[in-house]
Amino acid sequence: MLGVLRGMGITLKNFLASYVLPRRPDSLETGGIVTVQYPEERLPEKENFRNFPFLVFDGTVDNIRCVSCDICAKECPPKCIYIVRDTDSEGKPLKRPKVFDIDFTVCMNCGICEEACPFDAIFMDHEFEIGGPERQKSLVYHRDDLLKSTAHFQKIRPTDFAAIEERRKKDAEKKAAAQATVQAAAQPKPQTPPSPQP
Amino acid sequence: MDPIFVNSKKALLNLFSAFLPDWTVVLVSIFISIGAIMVLGPFTMMYLTWFERKLLGRIQNRIGPNRVGIFGLLQPIADGVKMLTKEDIVPEGADKAVHLLAPIAIVIPSLLVFSVLPFGRNMTAVNLNIGVLFFLAVSATTTLSIFMGAWASRNKFSLLGGMRSVAQLVSYEVPMVLSVVPVILAAGSLSTVDLVESQGGWNGFKWFVFTPWGFTAFITFYLSGVAECNRTPFDIPEGESEIVAGFHTEYSGMKFALWYMAEFMNVFTVSGLTAVLFLGGWQGAPGLPSWAWFFIKTYALVFVMMWFRGTLPRLRVDQLMGLAWKFLLPLTLVNIFVAGLWFFIPDLRWRVGTAVALLGLTFWALMALNRTALPEKRTYEFAE
Repeated sequence: MLGVLRGMGITLKNFLASYVLPRRPDSLETGGIVTVQYPEERLPEKENFRNFPFLVFDGTVDNIRCVSCDICAKECPPKCIYIVRDTDSEGKPLKRPKVFDIDFTVCMNCGICEEACPFDAIFMDHEFEIGGPERQKSLVYHRDDLLKSTAHFQKIRPTDFAAIEERRKKDAEKKAAAQATVQAAAQPKPQTPPSPQP
Repeated sequence: MDPIFVNSKKALLNLFSAFLPDWTVVLVSIFISIGAIMVLGPFTMMYLTWFERKLLGRIQNRIGPNRVGIFGLLQPIADGVKMLTKEDIVPEGADKAVHLLAPIAIVIPSLLVFSVLPFGRNMTAVNLNIGVLFFLAVSATTTLSIFMGAWASRNKFSLLGGMRSVAQLVSYEVPMVLSVVPVILAAGSLSTVDLVESQGGWNGFKWFVFTPWGFTAFITFYLSGVAECNRTPFDIPEGESEIVAGFHTEYSGMKFALWYMAEFMNVFTVSGLTAVLFLGGWQGAPGLPSWAWFFIKTYALVFVMMWFRGTLPRLRVDQLMGLAWKFLLPLTLVNIFVAGLWFFIPDLRWRVGTAVALLGLTFWALMALNRTALPEKRTYEFAE
């Protein structure tokens, strides 16, 4: 009997509070409306959110990082990536993909492609609003649909972007240094005096 | 402002009487009343669904429908269009004729009882001298329609729901009728109009609910009324978690909508009758028109019904039957006795004292007798 009245009190309190308290999505404890009216209102995206891969290019679209090594396609558990290497006019293979298709109806958003890629060319996006009028064609994303700039990557995942850029810079320096030593070893340097023999 | 509806009807009749013979004017008068009720009933139902969804949403910290029209006000129309265009599925083994008739048959009594509700001063469609009896008798026939629908569906869940519905409605009919008796004793009439008029006085606030027996009868009548409407927490005939949807499992499209129409119109009429019997109907402070008072009280009671729905879980069948037979029935019987004493004892202090003492004692005794037998708390020595 008293329990019923107390319950009625709680529901009435929630009913009235929904008009008085400000609307917040995190107000489950305090009361007040928790609904986020999605298409018009959105929750802020979390940085660690990962969904659907995209291809990164540096600066211009021609500068695509992918070298079409096919590692991601081999690692992909549901096998949703399809890559064909590009060739130049003489039929010599080039270090970039001609075809890079991801079937988003098959992709399960595991992120293994991102982990597997040794060239930092493919990353998980914050995209979740994809859709199409039919099941087959419109959800297969081609190379040009997947291309997004490094600026986009920096915008959605600044922490990861900073870490990866740091590593890439170091790698590049190391590579340059290595190249320099290789070059130094390959050709004798006339300017430098021979080191004194002990 | 008060007689605006009455006067507009008179104006219409004057208009018709200018060129129609007298006997047709009577017919026109009847048709105007019928038309008003036929519009009011479904319209009330449509907006009660909207009201209920909004209210339940707010109780659950949601917004409720707000997509169709401002505040979702056009939602009932969208729902209606959806219901009308849906496929009407009849089960293969169903009794086709009865399956079709049942939802129609349930709407008719729900609309009929509107005719004896006094919506305001001189605003009763038919002033029957047995108005309350008419209301109770006609609304009791919904049991038959529900059972028709349940039986005709040839579905076990439907039939179970129908059986439960019959058991519940027959049980709650008893305390419902018995709790009206004190009011009839006080007013000396069965007519709803007389009942409201006998509650005039005290500046329009001499309602029966302010007497001890009136208050008790109000509670018992209202609880039985909620049960009569098959609404939570008494909705075992259509308990979704137990028997799919009970008696309307096999209904779709507009037939399904008719079941809901009947349910929501019952909600409105039962609330209206409660307001008429105990809350003074259209009586109230003179500032507002009489029909406004009626609708305020009715919608307040409707609000409480929906508030119940937002709060209470469904009762078990035995708890439900126990409430009717072991609690409400004895309480209403004692209440009739108390009301009799009330008019027998001349001194005000004595009669209030006797009534409160008797009712309090009964309430305490019934609570004590109906206490759930809890087993002794066991201690598990080796489980610690």
